[in-house]
Amino acid sequence: MTLNQDQSKVSSVLDGEDKTARQRWMGIIARASGVEVAELLARIESQPSYELIKRPETGTLMLEGRAGGAGQRFNMGEATMTRCVVRLSDGTMGFSYALGRDRKKAEQSAVIDALLQSATRDAEMLHAGLGAMAQKQAEAREIASRKAAATKVNFFTLVRGDG
Amino acid sequence: MYVAVKGGEAAILATHDLIAEERRGDVSVPELSVAQIREQMQLSVARVMNEGSLYDEDLGALALKQTQGDLIEAAFLMRAYRTTLPRFGSSVPVDTASMAIRRRISATYKDLPGGQVLGPTYDYTHRLFDFALMANGEHSPEAKIAEHALDAAMPRVPDILGDEGLMEAEVPPVGDPRPFDLTRDPVEFPADRDVRLQTLSRGDEGFLLGLAYSVQRGFGGNHPFAGEIRLGEVAVSFAPEELGFAIELGDITLTECQMVNQFKGSIDQPPQFTRGYGIAFGHAERKAMSMAIIDRSLKARDFGEASEYPAQQEEFVLYHCDNVEASGFVEHLKLPHYVDFQGELELLRKIRREQEERLAERKEAAE
Repeated sequence: MTLNQDQSKVSSVLDGEDKTARQRWMGIIARASGVEVAELLARIESQPSYELIKRPETGTLMLEGRAGGAGQRFNMGEATMTRCVVRLSDGTMGFSYALGRDRKKAEQSAVIDALLQSATRDAEMLHAGLGAMAQKQAEAREIASRKAAATKVNFFTLVRGDG
Repeated sequence: MYVAVKGGEAAILATHDLIAEERRGDVSVPELSVAQIREQMQLSVARVMNEGSLYDEDLGALALKQTQGDLIEAAFLMRAYRTTLPRFGSSVPVDTASMAIRRRISATYKDLPGGQVLGPTYDYTHRLFDFALMANGEHSPEAKIAEHALDAAMPRVPDILGDEGLMEAEVPPVGDPRPFDLTRDPVEFPADRDVRLQTLSRGDEGFLLGLAYSVQRGFGGNHPFAGEIRLGEVAVSFAPEELGFAIELGDITLTECQMVNQFKGSIDQPPQFTRGYGIAFGHAERKAMSMAIIDRSLKARDFGEASEYPAQQEEFVLYHCDNVEASGFVEHLKLPHYVDFQGELELLRKIRREQEERLAERKEAAE
C-alpha cells in the first residue's frame, strides 16, 4: 500500500518544517489562554508603548471542509475569532488572529508578535517563554494521544486445532 | 397574514421576570456556571454549536444556560448572535487527515494502519444508571495513559480503498472553486454537493437521524457501512490579506464519518464503492453518521437512481432539516392571528347562512 505517499499529498499547508518562525509563534500564541498570554507579556520588564492600528475586534471565520475529506470544498459553519493590529513606537507592526472572543488576549498577542520580530533583550525573554508555552501545548497533545492509545484494541486471533 | 397588535407590554415584561425565575429553579440549589456547562455538558454544547452553525464552546454553554437547556432555542441564540458579527473571511479547508486523533474506528477493516481506537464513548456501556453520580461523590475520574502515543499517520479509511481504485474518488472540481454559502445566497435546485453538505451540517440531528434510519429500513436503501468514524482536534488555518501568509488560529474538535455504500459503475468506470460524508463540530457521532447516510442518498440524481423516497429528495431534505427555520414557522402559529381568524369566522358564518337559505328555498319549492 502507498499510504504514506497519500498522507504527504493531503497534509496541511502548515505542517512540519515548512512553517516560518513567525507562523510558528503566531500559532503557539493563538492556542494559549488569555492568562498565559498575559503571563508571557509580563516576562518583559518595561511594557512597550504602541498604538492600535486595528482595535481588537471579534468576528467570524467561515470554516471550510472538503467532501470526503479531500474533495469539493463546502462551508461547515462559522467560528468566532478575534483580531488586532498594533504598531510599536519604532514602527514594527504586530498582528494577532485567534479563535474565540478574547479581546485582551488579542491586543497582548499583537504586541508580543511585534516585539518578537526584533533582536532585542525583550524578544529573547519572550522567545524563552514561547518555548515553554510550545512545550506545554505539545505535552497536552501527547497526553491526549496516550489516553486514546490506552483504548486501542488489541485483537487476539484464535487458532483452532493443532495447525 | 397577521397585523400588529398593540398592548400587552406589561404582561410581556412580567413574563420575562417569570421565565428568569423559572430558569433559576430552586434557589436553595447552587446555580450552574457557564464553565460547568461547557465542561460537563459537552455533547449538548456540540449540538448547539452544530445547529447554531457557530463554533464557540463558551457561547454554546451560555446559550444552554439562558434557554434552560432548550437545544433548538439555544441554536437560535447562536444564529442570532452570528448575524451581529462581521465576517473576516474563510479558513483554509480543514485537513482531517492530520487530525490529532482521540477516537478512530472502522466497521469495515479490523486491522487498519493506526489501529482501532475506541476513545471516549458510551458504546460499550451497559446503559445502567450510575447512582454514584447522583450521590454527589467527590471522586475525580482518571483515564489510563498508555506508554506511547498513537501512530503519527492515521490514514482515512476510504483513502486506503481509494488506492486500489475500489472507492469512488473525492476530488475537487476543476479550479477548486469557492463553496456556495447559504448564509449569503438563496438555495436553488437542483442543489450542488457543497450546498447540500452545508445545509446538512447545520441540520437538526433528530430530523437527519430519522431520515438516515428510513434509508436503512428500505426507504431508499443503499447499504451503508461505517468505513470510518474519527474524533479529534484539527488546526484552523487562515490567510489574512494584510499578512499575506497562512497562520493557525487554534484547534477545533471535529467528528468525521465516512460511509461506504454499494457499488456503482458505468462503461467507462468499473464498479466502485460509493461514498457519503458527514462532519460535525465537537463530539457528535450520531449527527456525523446521519449526515453521511443522507449525503449518499442525496447523490441519487448523480448516480441516476430513482428518487422515490424522502431521503433521496433534496428539496424535501434541505428545506426541512433546519430546526431554527422549522420551529420559527411552526411556532409562529402562537402569535396573534386575531384578524385572520376573524376573517375565517365570518366566512364560515356566511357559508352556513347561505346554505340555510338554500335549504329553506328548496323546502319551500318542494311544498
